[in-house]
Amino acid sequence: MTRVSEFFIGLLFGWGLLISGMTDPGKVLGFLDLAGAWDPSLAFVMGGAILIGVAGFAVAKKRTTSFLGSAMHLPTSRDIDRRLIIGSLMFGAGWGLAGFCPGPGLVTMGSGEPKAVLFVAAMIGGMALFEVLDRRERSLSIQPGRGQK
Amino acid sequence: MIIDWTHFTPWTALIGGVVLGIASAAFILLNGRVLGISGILGGLLAPRRGDINWRVFFLAGLILAPVTLSWLIPGVVAAPRIEASNLAIVAAGLLVGLGTRYGSGCTSGHGVCGLSRLSPRSLVATMAFMASGFVTVYVIRHLI
Repeated sequence: MTRVSEFFIGLLFGWGLLISGMTDPGKVLGFLDLAGAWDPSLAFVMGGAILIGVAGFAVAKKRTTSFLGSAMHLPTSRDIDRRLIIGSLMFGAGWGLAGFCPGPGLVTMGSGEPKAVLFVAAMIGGMALFEVLDRRERSLSIQPGRGQK
Repeated sequence: MIIDWTHFTPWTALIGGVVLGIASAAFILLNGRVLGISGILGGLLAPRRGDINWRVFFLAGLILAPVTLSWLIPGVVAAPRIEASNLAIVAAGLLVGLGTRYGSGCTSGHGVCGLSRLSPRSLVATMAFMASGFVTVYVIRHLI
């Protein structure tokens, strides 16, 4: 049952992205281009999503297990640190460069668009690079005398 | 500021947004998971036993969305307008992959779910990637 739910929620999310127009990089860049002819659509997408999301998460926060009986995996980190900010700035630069963020990239790859396939391949490369850098950073910080000034 | 009235689609944007909200709410309420695409995909690159299948099933649904929606509502899937060169696409993909993993989230995880949870951490992340996106597009379209 949880597998069915995961699959259909993935499908539904992809439909939402397609209906909203956010799978079109031209539309995303139209929103990010404040100095040009501005397309405010993306703000309406976020608004509609958050409107429902707020209600959903308000219920979720009060629960110890999900309605299908799984554990609740709500984020616990509250740190606002360098990693969060530098990472988000890098993400924004990539987003502005091509108009793709991860979800629309994957959905548009599903349409068979060659440039989206290229984007997803490079994105997975970037994520793999993170794993390598992150592992190195962690292994350095547990060596005695390192990373604790 | 000039509004681009020919491309502005408030109704489909709002309806699509509501669908995204329903999917995000359903994922946390039914599966106990935060719907963050970069985290779901990135977790497959450091796979742990028992933490793989749910990601694969979710991503399979996501990737099958265009084909299935075209069956249900023919003509609803608009052809994407992609201006970026292949080189820019590769650079963008690397930045998005690395950045979302360092920043622990993207437009879905921080932008939709994080803001819906009223998380200050996600608000900072969302403001950072939005600001960076605005600046990048300004530089590309108006300075270079």
